[in-house]
Amino acid sequence: METDWIWGLVGGLLIGLGGAVYLLGNGRIMGASGIIGGLVDGSGWSTLWERLAFLAGVILMPLLLWPLYNVEISTHLTSNWWVIIGAGLLVGVGTRIANGCTSGHGVCGISRLSLRGIVATVFYILAGGLTLALFRHVLGVI
Amino acid sequence: MRILLSLIAGGLFGAGLFISGMTDTTKVQGWLDVFGNWDPTLAFVMGGAIIPMFFAWRLTRGRHPLVGGDFPALPRPELDHRLIVGSILFGMGWGLAGICPGPAIASITYNGIGGLVFVVAMLIGMGAAPAVGRGLDRVAAAA
Repeated sequence: METDWIWGLVGGLLIGLGGAVYLLGNGRIMGASGIIGGLVDGSGWSTLWERLAFLAGVILMPLLLWPLYNVEISTHLTSNWWVIIGAGLLVGVGTRIANGCTSGHGVCGISRLSLRGIVATVFYILAGGLTLALFRHVLGVI
Repeated sequence: MRILLSLIAGGLFGAGLFISGMTDTTKVQGWLDVFGNWDPTLAFVMGGAIIPMFFAWRLTRGRHPLVGGDFPALPRPELDHRLIVGSILFGMGWGLAGICPGPAIASITYNGIGGLVFVVAMLIGMGAAPAVGRGLDRVAAAA
């Protein structure tokens, strides 16, 4: 749709506002993979409730906004289990080894002109584009 | 206070991901699909998110977080094998399914059984990451 970019921009501003509240309020960097990953490997258990409250907010707001939309909302997730499981494993391992994902390296890193954030973002976008091209246009799997 | 601010920050993050369409895998894969039907929405989301964060970083100078303490120590601007290899692995998964960690959580209530399986696989990957990272360090040291 031609209005998608406006909603993208509005949603983006809200994401950035969330990051600003987390940084200026709690003094923490809003990285989704770090917040979740710290709960998995135990490194973030000392801030357990703060992390769980953040994730509760992430899960609840789409549910509250849902009734405002009178169109069908779909995530169009693939039904190929191998792709889902493989992608999930790669996203989990990769974001923790790189110490950040789209929110941490992308949003929080680029906004302070962090070299690591910019380089990480270039590499995951390139890897994503090449993987998609290979599996969609060459192999025709996704 | 800490808990409340986390809930608000998470709420804004979740609302933003939902409104921007970033929990829709076709919009994410559309951005990555330069050889197909390219969709620029993700660039607007990223650009929009960077604006408030740019000012937030400026406001951290000479100040302390609202709840007290200090702002996080920032890593040295060094590029290492973990950053590069990790980002490549993440990007491959991101391109395959069109989901990254934030949207995976935001869409957990409406992404069906596939979305749940993705999150479980992601958590397993996160659990395995410290060991994989150590293996990577050994390879890098030997190379």
